[in-house]
Amino acid sequence: MLRLPSFKYLQPRTLQEAVAMKADAGPEGMYVAGGTDLYPNMKRRHQEPRTVISLMGIAELRRSDSGIVGRSNGGLVFGPCLTLTELSDSPTVRRSYSVLTHAAELVSTPLLRNMGTLGGNLCLDTRCNYYDQTYEWRKAIDFCMKKDGHICWVAPSSPRCWAVSSSDVAPVAVAIGAEFLLVGPQGERVVPAGRFYHNDGINYLTKQPDEILVEVRLPAPDGWDAVYHKLRRRGSFDFPVLGVAAWVKWEPGNGNRETGRVAEARIVLGGVASWPQEIPEAAAALRGCELGDDAIARAAAAAYRPAKPLDNTDFDLSWRKQMTRVHVTRALEELRGRR
Amino acid sequence: MARAKKAADGPTALRVVGKALRKVDATAKVLGVTKFADDLSLPRMLYCKLLRSPHPHARIVRIDATRALALPGVKAVLTGKDLPIPFGILPVSQDEHALALDKARFVGDPVAGVAAVSEEVATAALDLIAVEYEPLRPIKDHLDAVEHPEPRIHDYGDHGNLHKLINLEFGDVEAGFAAADVVREDLLFFEGNTHLPMEQHAALADWSPDGKLTLWSSTQTPHYVHRALAKVLELAPARVRVIATTNGGAFGGKSDPFSHEIVVAKLAMLTGRPVKITLTREEVFYCHRGRHPTLMWVKTGVKQDGAITAMHFKSLLDGGGYGSYGVASTYYTGALQTVTHHVPRYKFQGARAFTNKPPCGPKRGHGTPQPRFALEVHFDKIAEQLGIDPADFRLKHLVPPHSLTANWLRVGSMGLAECIRKVVAGSGWNEKYRKLPYGRGVGLACSSYITGAGLPIYWNAMPHSGVQLKCDRGGGVTVFCGSTEIGQGSDSVLAIIVAEVLGLDPFDIAVVSADTDLTPVDLGSYSSRVTLMTGNAAIQAAERARDLIARHAAPKLEAPVERITFAGRRVFDAASPERGISFAEAVQLAEAAAGTVGTVGSYTPAAGAGKYRGAGVGPSPAYSYSACVALVDVDPATGIVQVPKIWIAHDVGRSINAAAVMGQIEGSIYMGLGEALMEEMAYRGNRNVVHKIPSLLEYKSPTTLEMCDVVTYVVEDPDPNGPFGAKECGQGPLLPVPPAVANAVYDAVGVRIDEVPITPEKVFKALRRKEKGEEPRFGPLGFPDLPWPEPIRVAPPWEGGDGRAVEGGKGREKAVEVTAGRRR
Repeated sequence: MLRLPSFKYLQPRTLQEAVAMKADAGPEGMYVAGGTDLYPNMKRRHQEPRTVISLMGIAELRRSDSGIVGRSNGGLVFGPCLTLTELSDSPTVRRSYSVLTHAAELVSTPLLRNMGTLGGNLCLDTRCNYYDQTYEWRKAIDFCMKKDGHICWVAPSSPRCWAVSSSDVAPVAVAIGAEFLLVGPQGERVVPAGRFYHNDGINYLTKQPDEILVEVRLPAPDGWDAVYHKLRRRGSFDFPVLGVAAWVKWEPGNGNRETGRVAEARIVLGGVASWPQEIPEAAAALRGCELGDDAIARAAAAAYRPAKPLDNTDFDLSWRKQMTRVHVTRALEELRGRR
Repeated sequence: MARAKKAADGPTALRVVGKALRKVDATAKVLGVTKFADDLSLPRMLYCKLLRSPHPHARIVRIDATRALALPGVKAVLTGKDLPIPFGILPVSQDEHALALDKARFVGDPVAGVAAVSEEVATAALDLIAVEYEPLRPIKDHLDAVEHPEPRIHDYGDHGNLHKLINLEFGDVEAGFAAADVVREDLLFFEGNTHLPMEQHAALADWSPDGKLTLWSSTQTPHYVHRALAKVLELAPARVRVIATTNGGAFGGKSDPFSHEIVVAKLAMLTGRPVKITLTREEVFYCHRGRHPTLMWVKTGVKQDGAITAMHFKSLLDGGGYGSYGVASTYYTGALQTVTHHVPRYKFQGARAFTNKPPCGPKRGHGTPQPRFALEVHFDKIAEQLGIDPADFRLKHLVPPHSLTANWLRVGSMGLAECIRKVVAGSGWNEKYRKLPYGRGVGLACSSYITGAGLPIYWNAMPHSGVQLKCDRGGGVTVFCGSTEIGQGSDSVLAIIVAEVLGLDPFDIAVVSADTDLTPVDLGSYSSRVTLMTGNAAIQAAERARDLIARHAAPKLEAPVERITFAGRRVFDAASPERGISFAEAVQLAEAAAGTVGTVGSYTPAAGAGKYRGAGVGPSPAYSYSACVALVDVDPATGIVQVPKIWIAHDVGRSINAAAVMGQIEGSIYMGLGEALMEEMAYRGNRNVVHKIPSLLEYKSPTTLEMCDVVTYVVEDPDPNGPFGAKECGQGPLLPVPPAVANAVYDAVGVRIDEVPITPEKVFKALRRKEKGEEPRFGPLGFPDLPWPEPIRVAPPWEGGDGRAVEGGKGREKAVEVTAGRRR
């Protein structure tokens, strides 16, 4: 069998305790929540922590079964250690943030959603089929720069790693403008989801290794709508080879009615870069327009151009690029249909 | 055969056979109690790990295990020179070593084995074994092998890196093509895929101080593993015991003797301690022995009414690094083209290449799903060209029952017409074909499969299956048989058949199977042979027990022996059923009079009709038949194909266990659907020929969400050779699924995907070509020229042949005659 290496497992009860344990463990310490990402990676020797510090026993990261910590500015605040199943089972979330429920429901399988957490999916290690392999396999290709090697096999002349952001929840968080509260040895800070990620397969988070994601804050559900479309081989298990999160804020009209025109929009693609890739050109194509076929086609064409899938996930890359247009179109058509 | 005929004659009297019963081992499996190989543990047991080659093709210059041996907890390290005797499943390709001796032939080829006190220590030791390699140019696929005869992967084979070249001709096909109204040629490709059993291979070896070796292993073929162990370890077969543990799925992937089995056995002998190995999922991909990637070219001549005048079929198989069953697989790509529709003249050329990838071998349908895919897509195109509905085309010119084919296969019962009618009616074919809206379509395909190979793997004149029966004075009956339960229900078949003959409840029968010390030889659970062969052996053993018991019960019951009947756990006079005794009492009478009540039964298939070299692959006691209609939805914007529903009819001869038959058919559909839509063994040819995706996550196989609805029709056309008329059902129903899906895609969006898997990318590309006015097709573009040997020419039965190759051939053919002469 493929075995986990030996490691020390710690269960802090408070944030302060967790931060102190990490400081003691140094670079060989890692936090873990549900473990559905970290443990398989440890089996393949991607991450080799000597000390693993579980966040699941820290009450303020879970707070209640629904995971909802509270409200701020009319939005919701979550503890990041609620499981994806708990998130998608929450009626409050489903009522006001159906896009998040939907994205959470599309992650992997029911069994893994029972273990995997919201925070874990937001911090998911970038993926690449040159990297997500056992030590022995990677040895056969002489390793890659993301672990143990010096080259990116997807783009051998590239100075950077092209592993792919494969989270379903992250593009949604960026699209709807979520914010994250981080706590570390230096204190706390709030980071917008759009600035939580780097477009780099190795250094893909702006979060420092000793910082803990403590809160996920969602904006008030006032006059915007969003959808998420996921492309993958099968209806379960698979990571996205393309995720499309589409968010629009409708122009306010008279009374409670909206005009039907788009005031603001954000289109964020998952699975095509090392971060959730925001496509401002696609958003610009929609601004001030009704979501007519022409505007949708312009936005889809704008999203197609910068999407640069590489040969490191399932499916061939030219098809995946073609699919950007199709799925951005379908996401926007769904948004139009929901009005 | 009279015995089986008799059993088949009396369907109305059957009490157990044909009912839908729970499998006799189902409850323990469902409750998680069944012990699989990895569940076994012995005191002082060591754990084994294998070091595998990181090079696809390399000479091994030096191996130094000193540092590994020095690691605390490491008890032994083996390398190739410790196990220098080669082995292999086929006598003609003994080309494997338990650990690479001088050369590694694919990434994952085992090079060294470690036994240590824990898996963790064994894993750590692997990194301490220093191996110096001298890399050689890798051969990445079959076309590369054709272009590069050097460097040779093996120093044997028919030509360069071509392992096997076959050229068979049954009648003058050119004359046949000349007589045709339409002659059509097509090129198709079937990608390789793997078995993906849920259970990873595991084996545990124990060496007793008395000098006996026991190996528990998840294998389909304990008899062949027994032979390989005795050979490589140089032990008397009497001192080797192989116990096949219940397999958690196998599908052909556990039917070779494997490196890990031999290595743990040797390590147990060296250390004097039990040694176990459980492969990782990645290592299961390296064991492989799955579907050969196969390039095919087919040319058929037909008359206006669809009658075939001649067929010429060529196949080129990508065999991977070793022989495995490959020679047989190659013959199978040309063997069964003739058993569904009448082919008066037939030519087959088949080639298998060695490549630096995990070896291919037998996967469910062994070598026949690829040509069946080619043939049924080809037939669909021919039907369209002739303006005949594909279902009508297939109903015409069927092979008649109880007849010989051009390549001398003896067909018995033949229920294909009924199968076609069932799926045509059930699916509403006539209302759907060419009538559904754009994007939705139906496709039809047929197939046939052997019910057991007519010849054993190694030449011998002994039975293929043996059964011993012990009747206890308490009324208990134990069946001993070498057959292996791999989830297909073979233990249940034994229990049901014995219960039927002796009038007992199948759940009362004790079944002891797959233990070379306890059970008579059965060749193994492969080639869909078990129900027919062990079934017939079990009938013979049970009828002998019945006759013995009846003889001694008759005086007590004061009835003539012919009237003694067995039913409901009683033995009674058929003329007055109230006059009877319990089965246990009847056994006691027999035991008192004649001693311990035990009988044996065995089964040997009749000799095949063909006497030419190569005639050994294809003959079978009976052929099953299937017809299938697939309904597909194709999204023209993406090329994504979904299959909402499949209708399948399968001629099983007779169901022994109706529930298990349905299960096998549905399972075949599932596996066929995976091959049709997504499964592929993908390699990075430019990156050391590594397997691209050796994991359950990235090797895509359908989930329950992709599985279609299945409507199954079981057609029962009893075959005189089958036990109670039964034929196979575990492999055949897979075959028509990929071509039915391909044909349905054409009906849906008008593009031909002449290659499986039918992925969205391929459909998308074909749709783009169609838009641009190019040929609306995705598929291979050519078949390379190969150095074929002179053909072996055999006249078809209707041209006055006797099944032998014609005289006057050149050197090769003389050898053929000698071989054939020796065998018969």
